[in-house]
Amino acid sequence: MRVWKFGDNIDTDAIIPGRFLTIYDEKELAKHAFEGTRDDFAALVKDGDVIVACRNFGCGSSREHAPLALKGAGVRVILAKSFARIFFRNAINVGLLPLVSPDTDLMKDGSPIVVREREGKIVVGGREYSVEPVPEFMYHIVEAAGLVGYAKELKEAPVCTKSRR
Amino acid sequence: MGATITEKIFSSKCRREIRAGSVVMVPVDGAMIHDITGPLAIQKFYEMGGKQVFDRKRIIMLFDHQVPADSIEAAMNHVYMRKFAAEQDIHNYDVCEGVCHQIVMEKGHAAPGEIIVGADSHTCMYGAAGAFGTGIGSTDMGFVLKFGALYFRVPESIRAQVSGTFRHRVGAKDLILSIAADIGADGATYKAIEFAGPTIEALDMPGRMTCCNMAIEMGAKTGIIAPDDVTWEYMTKRRAGTRPFPLASDPDATYAEQRSYDVNRLEPQVATPHNVDQGVPVGTVAGTHIDQVFIGSCTNGRFEDFAEAAEVLGTRKFSANVRVIIIPSSREEYLKTLRAGLIERFVAAGALVGAPSCGPCMGGAFGLLAPGEVSLSTSNRNFRGRQGSTEAEVYLCSPATAAASAISGEITDPREV
Repeated sequence: MRVWKFGDNIDTDAIIPGRFLTIYDEKELAKHAFEGTRDDFAALVKDGDVIVACRNFGCGSSREHAPLALKGAGVRVILAKSFARIFFRNAINVGLLPLVSPDTDLMKDGSPIVVREREGKIVVGGREYSVEPVPEFMYHIVEAAGLVGYAKELKEAPVCTKSRR
Repeated sequence: MGATITEKIFSSKCRREIRAGSVVMVPVDGAMIHDITGPLAIQKFYEMGGKQVFDRKRIIMLFDHQVPADSIEAAMNHVYMRKFAAEQDIHNYDVCEGVCHQIVMEKGHAAPGEIIVGADSHTCMYGAAGAFGTGIGSTDMGFVLKFGALYFRVPESIRAQVSGTFRHRVGAKDLILSIAADIGADGATYKAIEFAGPTIEALDMPGRMTCCNMAIEMGAKTGIIAPDDVTWEYMTKRRAGTRPFPLASDPDATYAEQRSYDVNRLEPQVATPHNVDQGVPVGTVAGTHIDQVFIGSCTNGRFEDFAEAAEVLGTRKFSANVRVIIIPSSREEYLKTLRAGLIERFVAAGALVGAPSCGPCMGGAFGLLAPGEVSLSTSNRNFRGRQGSTEAEVYLCSPATAAASAISGEITDPREV
C-alpha cells in the first residue's frame, strides 16, 4: 500500500472529468480517475493505496462520481490537510474515509503507508503521525458501506422538530 | 446575543434557538435533481428501501447538463429519470426549460427562509432569494428523496460588506471574482457567505444571483442575501400568495469573519487558469489570445447579462477568429433576449446561439476545447480540463469583458472598445 501524493485544491474535474459523468459504475469510473491530470494513477493504483493531499481536496462539483471513482480504484482512505465540504460528505456517504492531517507535506509520493484509523495513527515511510479523530457516527456510516446501509434501518428521519437532544 | 440570517432559518425550522456549529436533522422545503446527479440519487433512493418520495410537490426535476441528449448514455439517463417522474407523479421540466438554478429561481421554487437542497454545487445561488440553498451529493439526495430531511452542520457566517458604486462596464461578476480572489478557494469552507451593504442592496436579482452562485468557489455552504423589496417583488411575481416578512441578521450577530469591499475603484476582473481565486484586473491579461468565448451558464446567462454584452457589441461584428457561443440559461430568459432583438444581433455579429442548457460550462457535452486552446467564459469554473482538454485554458469574466474580447479576438478591457 503506497501513498499517491497530490497538492492543494485538487478539484472534482481533475478527479473525474465531466465527459465521464454518464457512468455510474465505480469500477468503470475508476478507469478514468485523474485522466489527463495524472494518467499513471488509474493504471497503477492498487487496493488499499492511500491518497495524500494538501488543502481543499475535492473542491468544485457535487458529483458523487468523484469519490466513487476513487473507491472503485481500491482507495479506502484519503488523507488531506482539509477537504471541500460536499466532497467530504460524499466520501463518507459512499464508504470512503476522509482523514484530516496537518502533516501531509512530510509524506512523499510512493512511500509505503499503513492506516490505523481507530487508533488515530498512520505510519508513512516508517514514521508515525496522528490524525484528527473521526466522530463515531461517521464510522457507522462508513462501516455500513455508506449512508445507504444506515438509511435502510431508518423508518423515518429523526428531524429536529420531533426529537429534542 | 443576535443571530445571523442562517441561524434564524435553522432556528425557525427546528422551532428552537439553533446556533452555528450545531448538527441538526432538518426538514427541507425543496429538493432539485438534474440529469447528471439525478440517476444516482434515484438509485440510492431505491437502495435505501425508498418506495414513495417524501413529497412529490417538493421535488424539482429537470435536465440541463446534456440536452438534448448528446449520447446514448445521456438519453438512457433521461429515460430513467422520466420513468421515475411518472412512477412518483413528480413534475418534470425535462429538457426544455433550462439550467437548474435559473429554473428553481424563476419558477418560484426557492423563497426567503426556506431550506432547499440540490444535487449540484451551485445550489448556493438560491441565497439570492433569501433561501438557504446548498449543494449535496447523490447519496444525500437519495436520503432526502426518501425522508425529506437531511443532517446539516449549521455554518458560521462570513459577512462580506460591500459599498460603493460600480464604474461603467463593471458589475456583479467583477465583484464576486474579486471577492473570490480575496477569500480564496477554501477561505469559506463549511461557512455561509452573507453579502450585505449598499452595493448589494442596489443590485438587481440577476446580479445577486451571480454573486450567490459563486459562493461555492470559496468552499462556502451557501451565499445569502437578506430579502428586501427587490427580493419580495421578484418573489410575489414567482410564487402566488407570497407575503413579505422580516428576515435579516441581527446587528449584534456573531460572524466568523467580516470583510469590507469598496467597488468605487474596482476594475473588470478576469480569473486566470486554473483556479477561480486567481482573479486579476483585466489589464494584467489584456492581449491574451482566445479561441472561444462562452456567454451563458447559471452564473451569467440571463437577459441582463446579454443586454450588457450587446451594449458593448453595439453594431460591430465578433472576431472571425473566435467561436462565440451564447446560451440563455432558460426559456424565459431566451424569450426576453429574443424579443429585445438581441439574439438577432448576436447571430448577425457571428455568434452561435444555443438552446438553454449548461453548454460548455460542464465540459462533458459540446463546445469542448482542444489541447492548447483558450476559452474566455462567463461561467463559474476554470479548473484544468473543465471545458475539455486538460491542456486547454479557461479564463472567467463578466459578459461585458467577454463581449469586448470576442470583438477583438484577445482579452480586452470592456471600457476600451
